[in-house]
Amino acid sequence: MAIILDENTRVLIQGITGREGQARSRFMLEYGTKVVAGVTPGRGGTEVWHIPVYNTVKEAIENRGPIDLTVTFVPGPLVKDAVFEALNAGIEKVVMPVERVPVYDALEIIAYARRKGATIIGPGSLGLISPEKAVAGWIGGTEELAKEVFRAGPVGVLSRSGGQTTTVCWAITREGLGVSTAIHVGSEPVVGITFAEALPLFEKDNETQAVVLFGEIGGTAEEDSTELIKSGKFTKPLVAYIAGASAQSGIRYSHASAIIEGGKGDAQSKIKALSGVGVQVVSSPKDLAPTVKRILKR
Amino acid sequence: MVRLYEYQGKEILKKEGIPVPSGGVASSPEEVKMLAEKLGKPVVIKSQILATGRFKAGGIKFANSPQEARSLANELLDSEIKGFKVEKVRVEEQIDIVKEFYCSVIIVSSYKIKAPVLMFCTEGGVDVEEVATSHPEKVMSMSIDVLEGIKKENVQGALSKIDLDSQLVEPISDVLFRLYNVARKYDALTVEINPLVLTRDGKILAVDCRFIIDDSSTTRHPELEFEVPRDTSKPLTELDKIAWKIEENDYRGVAYFMQLASIDEIKKGGYVGFHGMGGGGAMLGADALTRHGMKIANYADSSGNPPASKVYRLAKVILSLPGIEAYVACSPNIASQEMWHTARGLVKAFREDLKDKLGFPVVVLWAGNKEHEATQILTEWCKDLPIKLEVYGRDYIYELDFIARRVRSLIDEYRKIRGEG
Repeated sequence: MAIILDENTRVLIQGITGREGQARSRFMLEYGTKVVAGVTPGRGGTEVWHIPVYNTVKEAIENRGPIDLTVTFVPGPLVKDAVFEALNAGIEKVVMPVERVPVYDALEIIAYARRKGATIIGPGSLGLISPEKAVAGWIGGTEELAKEVFRAGPVGVLSRSGGQTTTVCWAITREGLGVSTAIHVGSEPVVGITFAEALPLFEKDNETQAVVLFGEIGGTAEEDSTELIKSGKFTKPLVAYIAGASAQSGIRYSHASAIIEGGKGDAQSKIKALSGVGVQVVSSPKDLAPTVKRILKR
Repeated sequence: MVRLYEYQGKEILKKEGIPVPSGGVASSPEEVKMLAEKLGKPVVIKSQILATGRFKAGGIKFANSPQEARSLANELLDSEIKGFKVEKVRVEEQIDIVKEFYCSVIIVSSYKIKAPVLMFCTEGGVDVEEVATSHPEKVMSMSIDVLEGIKKENVQGALSKIDLDSQLVEPISDVLFRLYNVARKYDALTVEINPLVLTRDGKILAVDCRFIIDDSSTTRHPELEFEVPRDTSKPLTELDKIAWKIEENDYRGVAYFMQLASIDEIKKGGYVGFHGMGGGGAMLGADALTRHGMKIANYADSSGNPPASKVYRLAKVILSLPGIEAYVACSPNIASQEMWHTARGLVKAFREDLKDKLGFPVVVLWAGNKEHEATQILTEWCKDLPIKLEVYGRDYIYELDFIARRVRSLIDEYRKIRGEG
């Protein structure tokens, strides 16, 4: 098992004919993702790596059958229409590897998805991967690197940093373990799935025995996840690290969401909140994988 | 996170039907005098800087006559307050305040909300979250459904439940209703009026205004004429402005730069130019250098697979920080982006700017996609430079303390070469 994505998930790629869309759809195909169709308005009837391209999501479904998940390679200012089209066509999972989405567009996407009961990953997410099954987005970059870095196994991975999602998985692989599903939740000010919403999915997944979380300064995602633990909706072992201890208040550190405001969202308060509910917070990212290994051996 | 000046925010509020004190903006003492004459009453002169706590810092002055206004403006204009140079002041009528309130629309990212939240408090100038806990009867808070928009009767209903004079419910609901629509229209992450006041003659006025626009929405608002549409929580340096130009016209990947120390401070020594390559890892690199007692002159990050030309321009900006004692390009990430683009960008910048820098420390850590090719490109094309170049790959991702110690000792050697050891 895995969460959200596996080898049977039928995947659509919106914006498949663009530079990113073409490059990443090839990577997804090579890794084994079941990509069944692509969409680019005005490019219907063409193919990308033998994937048929349609003008609309509706046409894609009519011709290729049901679609479970769409990946949107559409520029930020335009992506809202693409996601609404997908949600209106009944697609229940949307991966958004796109940055600079205007924040009210993101809020509308998230609000609409809530009404439809759909899951949004991103915006600003590299995507997610269920190792040895499928990848959606461009996490891992190339087939060669992805196959080397990601192994299937019992650890769920969540991160607000794309690079660190991959890095944590690599370290887990080095420990002789593997990953059920790894999700880069995204680095925009507001994102669809957050730690607090992903943890219950890992709770239900039989394969996942523990979760590793790579957090960072800013926002409340780490604090929010403690509520799930307190209320018993997540009971598996959780190992966490929080980046950005040296950050100055009021200055953004790379990610749009990585900013300490009015003394809130700093590393120390996050570490305290997580430790307070029994999360194993490590003091160096190096300790994430060995710690989860030790816990699983018990 | 683009902050607007108070005067810009107030101009927007006024345009959208939220009353503000009469007044205008000026950039010379003479203009200030003219505005004061036009107002024909005692005025307040408010320095326009992107910082809070202006009153305590002496940035807000009161004048009884146009002449006094001119001489006070003369003191304020061109002075430096909280690190910001005062280039403009807002001149407005003095207000006879009976009561102060707080109101805001803030986008909340927390998982249960993920929506704009409209807040009102019957006290102004307070920490509203604290009051919400200690005196819930004083605070109204509602999250707005962005698809439905705001309904005035809902605001009225919510306001009538808190400890607010019933006569004020209607005029304040009108302000709050408009405030949400302002936030929506201008794509604001935050619009905060603190204080909103009731005057002796019964008017409701926005006396101050904090307005923050979402970075990703700035292109939708050319009318706001941003100089640099990104975080401006500190005074922007010339280099910050130059660095923004790299980003402005090139949407391939991200090149982020923020100067953290002044040029004078950097020249005192002990500073490194910092170049991260991927958000989370970049932060880890900065943390490690800080932990080992080094100071970071700037924070930079190239991510999302930018082309070599963009990385080159970013590196040039970092290298132009005078007095940095090392260049640290640090990405303890198994990167999905192709690192060879970065390598090519660095080679060109190093060849141009470090060709005479004997012993200048350059420490690079990268891993992931095209890591080996990147290392080969960088070492091969820099081998005739006099710099001290050390390049590390994936085995060192978790050896940041070692990397920081290497930087430290290369800096010591570099100082010896320059006769400063």
